[in-house]
Amino acid sequence: MDFQQIIPSMPYILQGIWVTLQIVLIAGLLGFAIGIILSLFKIGRISFLRWFADAYTSIFRGTPLVLQLMIIYYASPQLFGTQIEAYTAAILSFGLNSAAYISEIIRAGIQAVDKGQKEAAMALGVPYNKMMKDVILPQAMKNILPALMNEFITLTKESAIVTVIGVTDIMRRAYIVGSDKFAFLEPLLFAGLIYYLMVLVLTFAGKWVEGRMRRSD
Amino acid sequence: MIKVEGLYKSFGSLEVLKEINAEIKEGEVVVVIGPSGSGKSTFLRCLNLLETPTKGKITIAQDEITSAKYNPQKLRSEVGMVFQHFHLFPHMTTLENVTYAPIKVKGKSKKEAEQLGLDLLKKVGLSEKANEYPNRLSGGQKQRVAIARALAMEPSVMLFDEPTSALDPEMVKEVLDVMKSLAQTGMTMMIVTHEMGFAREVADRVIFMDEGMLVEEAQPLDFFSAPKTERAQNFLQKVL
Ligand SMILES: Nc1ncnc2c1ncn2[C@@H]1O[C@H](COP(=O)(O)OP(=O)(O)OP(=O)(O)O)[C@@H](O)[C@H]1O
Ligand SMILES: [Mg+2]
Repeated sequence: MDFQQIIPSMPYILQGIWVTLQIVLIAGLLGFAIGIILSLFKIGRISFLRWFADAYTSIFRGTPLVLQLMIIYYASPQLFGTQIEAYTAAILSFGLNSAAYISEIIRAGIQAVDKGQKEAAMALGVPYNKMMKDVILPQAMKNILPALMNEFITLTKESAIVTVIGVTDIMRRAYIVGSDKFAFLEPLLFAGLIYYLMVLVLTFAGKWVEGRMRRSD
Repeated sequence: MIKVEGLYKSFGSLEVLKEINAEIKEGEVVVVIGPSGSGKSTFLRCLNLLETPTKGKITIAQDEITSAKYNPQKLRSEVGMVFQHFHLFPHMTTLENVTYAPIKVKGKSKKEAEQLGLDLLKKVGLSEKANEYPNRLSGGQKQRVAIARALAMEPSVMLFDEPTSALDPEMVKEVLDVMKSLAQTGMTMMIVTHEMGFAREVADRVIFMDEGMLVEEAQPLDFFSAPKTERAQNFLQKVL
């Protein structure tokens, strides 16, 4: 092994961190927003919306992420009438995919909130929307934070597959450096180290937030 | 104030309330007693539509709340409810618990609601706990906050479902005292409780329920010394 030879390429690979982070962050937020809506559909009374949210979850969890990514990217002219950028396709597919997982996490979190909370709010005449927003969801968020953090970590690792549609994230850059130098092991190990450190940081950040939340109990 | 006519409630095939007729006058304090599973909670919960009656008519302050046209939101600021397990909002301070509904439901200004909230917390003896979170309070304190929270909607009727049953014995009195002083202000109250001493002292009337039926209704003194029905006699023998 000779890491010497990739030292000049290290900054190039490191710049991929921003690409990866951007995808993960925006897709994470998108997934969270859609996830909340889907979870509200799931616990709501309108059976069509319930059905829709369940079907959505089932499909996105039941097919490979890389397939969803390739459909959204390569079939975008047929789907949206125009070729979208790889970066956009990556965010879109990761956001839509994680929405399915996050909606399940939030649904479980909402249902774990004591039923008495809903009754107390109803007895005070609080309308459903306000009850959800001010009473139930804040308590549900506390329950679901660890699972949400996990999902975020998974997203960070899985984001490496955007390399198949040519997004120059950490993974793609390591691969490019590898083919340039005819030596793959070193750049790929370096990429692995970056991912691992990112996951560690996220894990610690999650623990820290959790600890703070627990302290407010 | 409250009029209940031919009230029935079933859960699936289980008939929990059968042909309940009752009337509660303004300012009256009515205590509901009866064995476990007799439908006391269900009866109370029908009165603020936490349960939808299967059949029958309930009128509160001239409004027929069981009519399809009635807006339950309106009722809930008319009728306050206190639960056995308090159900305070754990992520809000004591004062926020009390001011939340007046602000978000009644549209009071924050300042106005806080004034009212502090007044009410003072009435239940918890002024100094205004900025404390519920998990820092004892059971008795939590229940007093819950009472203040219900009162903050300025209801004309207050329902209590076993408000002291989840409390350690030494905390029962502080809650009953708050309820007593509330009764003295002329609040119309309906209370499910196993505190017979309290019933005897504070109630204007006792309603005895068994197996989903309203079996006996009497002045507390008459009821406790000479219950008319055999079922009430049996029940009192067991609990007194
Ligand atoms: N949501 C529900 N679904 C099905 N059955 C119910 C429901 N709520 C109450 N019941 C049943 O209705 C009956 C009466 O219940 P209720 O809680 O009104 O009795 P209670 O007199 O308040 O009893 P306790 O003194 O134990 O509180 C019980 O048999 C109970 O199991
Ligand atoms: Mg009960």
